[in-house]
Amino acid sequence: MTDLGSIFSLALSLVISGDQQLYSIIVLSLRVTLTAVLLGCLVGIPLGAALATYRFPGRGAAIAVLNAFMGLPPVVVGLAVYLMLSRSGPFGVLGLLYTPTAMIIAQAILVTPLIAALSRQSLADLHTEYDDLFRSLRLRPSDKIRALIWEGRYGLSTAALAGFGRAIAEVGAVIIVGGNIEHVTRVMTTAIALETSKGDLALALALGLILVTIAIAVNAAVLSLNRTARRLAYA
Amino acid sequence: MIQFRKALAIAAVIALSALSTPVEANDKYIVVQSTTSTEQSGLFKHILPMFKAKTGIDVRIVAVGTGQALKNGERGDGDVVLVHAKAAEEKFVADGFGVKRTEVMYNDFVLVGPESDPAKVAGSKDIVAALKSIAEAKAPFASRGDDSGTHKAELDHWKPTGIDVKSASGEWYRSTGSGMGPTLNTAAGMSAYALTDRATWLSFKNRGPLKIVVEGDKRLFNQYGIMLVNPAKHPTVKATEGQAFIDWITGVEGQNAIRSFQIGGEQLFFPNAPGV
Repeated sequence: MTDLGSIFSLALSLVISGDQQLYSIIVLSLRVTLTAVLLGCLVGIPLGAALATYRFPGRGAAIAVLNAFMGLPPVVVGLAVYLMLSRSGPFGVLGLLYTPTAMIIAQAILVTPLIAALSRQSLADLHTEYDDLFRSLRLRPSDKIRALIWEGRYGLSTAALAGFGRAIAEVGAVIIVGGNIEHVTRVMTTAIALETSKGDLALALALGLILVTIAIAVNAAVLSLNRTARRLAYA
Repeated sequence: MIQFRKALAIAAVIALSALSTPVEANDKYIVVQSTTSTEQSGLFKHILPMFKAKTGIDVRIVAVGTGQALKNGERGDGDVVLVHAKAAEEKFVADGFGVKRTEVMYNDFVLVGPESDPAKVAGSKDIVAALKSIAEAKAPFASRGDDSGTHKAELDHWKPTGIDVKSASGEWYRSTGSGMGPTLNTAAGMSAYALTDRATWLSFKNRGPLKIVVEGDKRLFNQYGIMLVNPAKHPTVKATEGQAFIDWITGVEGQNAIRSFQIGGEQLFFPNAPGV
């Protein structure tokens, strides 16, 4: 029952049939992950740029910690966010547990160190290149960071895509804080986990195939956007 | 630099609006902490639309093991708990976390095992004797190992055999530490025996070499109970809506809804609420 051809056709028929539930799951997956990545970028990129620009005591340690946090286990992050958002936790009054917002928070925590670490790496090289220019222009540190981010934006999109890849593929955190509630917090990865639990391996794999296709589409879109932007910039 | 600021502002606006988008237009909902067997068998999908049609209340199911469902209830992360481990449920109520336990329905556990049946237990109606034979044959046995209702029931059946499964863990006794479905996937993969509730088994699709080997023992009875999370402990509990659900599922309509749920012509759960 699980030969690749039949799974492929099952995935195709799922997509073509226009199954309302499948589409709402896909939309929620994208909404949660893209928002988390956006938040991750808003925090992670300036953080990475600051670490690439400033020299301060303990900087090496900070970078080491940041790099280590790229490997934060999703299930641990999920558990920590669960304990924070639980009715018995410090943020329980907000009533956010088992909502997409809780899932966004968990994924943002997961991807921010990854985006920050990769941003720092890509901007550090750029910083070496631009350092003399910055000095001659006598830029303020905050302007330096902004200029660096703007100049390094194409490289930074790779950092954002890495964050996207980590978040869209992750199941450990969202299943704990979201609860995999049908029509409310069920996303692609938790749906795949559920179908695996039911022993419907063909359907689980077909959903997996759709998820991978979506990830490829998002990556391709960002790449082509980059290319167009570059062409316009240098035309 | 203006472009940069613009981009930043747009990104911030998008992120905030996505975060604050109302998750649900309908806020008349309750969260029910329940078990994987009830959710994955499709029972809730069958009965909840009827409840919603009558009351307008959306029921959101968080399907986990009984142990975790009760823990989540203790923390106030749910309005109602519907699980299957009587002793643990009674303790939940006695400790003040739940208001009152009402029985809802039952079905039974079955022992599944590979067709080759290395422990020669097929056809037996004695679960304890069957487990003993499995241990003596050192035939692989996949356990939930996750403090779920099924896991608790399994341990209860090992007790009279006098066999210490903990010491055999990692050898013929495999504690998977996961849900019923994943445990059945594992059992199918390693041709192991496993104890499962009948509902999950009937709706399970990846059976591989597994089939039912022991059923019909009175001790394999599997009772489900429902409790409102105590609003005195957790004021956020939606007591009115939660109680409405409990009254419905233990009332005539809910009990009939449970009775009408079938897979392949077979009834999966048998309603037995008191006084119906």
